Amino acid sequence: MALAAPLLLFLVLVFAWPILAFSYRAIDNGVLHRSFPATHAALQDWDAPADVPPVAFDALARDLQGIGSPERVAVTARNLNNFLEGFRSLLMKTANRLPPEQQADWRDTFINIDKRWGETKYWAVLKHETGALTPSFVLAALDLKLSDDGSVTRVAEERRLYVPLLWRTFEISFWVALICFVLGYPTAYVLTRLPPLAAGIGMICVLLPFWTSLLVRTTAWIILLQGNGPVNSLLQFVGLITEPLQLIFNRFGTLVAMSHVLLPYMILPLYSVMKLVPENQMLAAQSLGANIRVAFLRVYFPQTASGVAAGLLLVFILALGYYITPALVGGPSDQMLSYMITYHVNEVVNWGMASALGVMLLISTCVLLLVMSRFVKMRQLMR
Amino acid sequence: MSLKPYATFEDKFWYYGSRIVCVAVLAFLILPILIIAPISFTSGNMLVFPMPGFSTRWYETVFHTQAWLDAAKNSLFIGLSATALALILGTLAALGLARSQSAWKPFIMGLVLSPIVIPIVITAVGIYFAFADFGLSGTYLGLILAHTALAVPFVVVTVMASLERFDFALVRAASTLGASPFTAFRRVILPIIFPGVAAGGLFAFVTSFDEIVVTLFLAAPEQRTLPRQIFSGVREYVSPGIAAVATLLVCLSTLLLLTVQLLERRSRKYRNF
Repeated sequence: MALAAPLLLFLVLVFAWPILAFSYRAIDNGVLHRSFPATHAALQDWDAPADVPPVAFDALARDLQGIGSPERVAVTARNLNNFLEGFRSLLMKTANRLPPEQQADWRDTFINIDKRWGETKYWAVLKHETGALTPSFVLAALDLKLSDDGSVTRVAEERRLYVPLLWRTFEISFWVALICFVLGYPTAYVLTRLPPLAAGIGMICVLLPFWTSLLVRTTAWIILLQGNGPVNSLLQFVGLITEPLQLIFNRFGTLVAMSHVLLPYMILPLYSVMKLVPENQMLAAQSLGANIRVAFLRVYFPQTASGVAAGLLLVFILALGYYITPALVGGPSDQMLSYMITYHVNEVVNWGMASALGVMLLISTCVLLLVMSRFVKMRQLMR
Repeated sequence: MSLKPYATFEDKFWYYGSRIVCVAVLAFLILPILIIAPISFTSGNMLVFPMPGFSTRWYETVFHTQAWLDAAKNSLFIGLSATALALILGTLAALGLARSQSAWKPFIMGLVLSPIVIPIVITAVGIYFAFADFGLSGTYLGLILAHTALAVPFVVVTVMASLERFDFALVRAASTLGASPFTAFRRVILPIIFPGVAAGGLFAFVTSFDEIVVTLFLAAPEQRTLPRQIFSGVREYVSPGIAAVATLLVCLSTLLLLTVQLLERRSRKYRNF
């Protein structure tokens, strides 16, 4: 057992801890908490419609003078912008023009710098989002928000982005799992019934894609399905179509390419289960008077049900986290949760939001894995 | 199972029907991979059909493009380093876990296997942030460590599978004859489980060699790997040069697959000892 310790230590440091630390960013608000200690205290007794108390302006001035380096000001401004669009420019401008010496009336000073300081919505953010932790990203990932009075409401209909995105992720994964099942079940069955040489060749056909780089397979589909690619050329040659069909950069291309990538994960568990079903049982059932459909449904299929469940769940779970294939062969409306996570990390630079979406994906995956562990030992799937 | 002489029409329908579906699905699996090979030998500048003529110019282009050569070198270096690390950590862990009856074993196996099923984007972003704090992002070491974490489950699983058939009495025999644990491992265990270790190593290598998402986040321009290079190429437009690289990679994966099949046959032979 002690021999496993180095690996465990390694995985905790390089894998588990980074994921936990990333997940923590979904509720972490340390930057703002450290930047605005005085403002946070001064706003405790204030609520939205009322006028902002003068002490809050004094406190904000002290906090801004104390933030320190321009980098920290920029980071603070970016974090504020995650909660309210426009806060970044407001804070940067204010921090640049703030007089270093004590002022008689800080309220006037602030409003002279930018009259937006007279609006309460910026102060509401400073009140609600300067604690050590924030629920806002997690709520936003569920298309919810905190109102100014502190209650949880749904965001306006046209701004509901993430729950539909989660559904779309589930929907695409569901279709991929279903396509893989429909294609994989008969294939795995026939592979178990073929003579050894043919079965061997068949298995190589299943395993080669498995061993081929994902990028290579995705590239192959782009080449195949593009407007002047082989598939369109063939269809035009046969005369089925006169104009090239749009087969890629849409949902069709995404489903085809993802099913192709994930099909081996369906066939392999099915194959290992089907291998255990004695060949002559179907014949026995038929000799007892069942026709082939009844024999299949009552005798054969139930014995393969665990493989079916394993294959469906495995393909579904793996599809949930897909990023590269939809990114390369899908259109804008085929992107899944993973894409949105990278978008928030790379483009928007809103790490809290990326993390909250990541947690959503992580929880979905873990729940399904728990369900799957009831059907199969994961180890059995690997061979 | 062949069709019986007394098969009804319906029996025949399902018999031939399932076979036709099977052949079609196998074609669906294999043809897209094979079709890039002839395409890569086009003499034209674009991947259009029908192809204008045959030429090896795209292979020459690839072999004279520094970016592709560097990418291949990076992929090999990172892949081999990650494989070595994964083999050491994974084989040790498999030895420890194989006969363990600990109540923690399912939990530990869960942790060891989770890099396979946790969505890769989450792993990648997590590692990206964590490694940035330690100055590991944009370094070879960072990429090697991350790839090792992704590759190590395959080593553990394959080595554990081969240890299931291993008779641990042999280790006791070796130690009564005076062998240190390391000698017993090197002279007794390793030769017997070698096919499993080698197959695990190949799995690990392929995992690192194909990895793209972690690389996208972690790698600086000088650590561009082959998948990373293909990715940026595909994003712009798919040139025949990419088809040529893809063909070479398919040849490599065929070679690796056949090697693993061979190793499995060898380990099956050992089972009959």
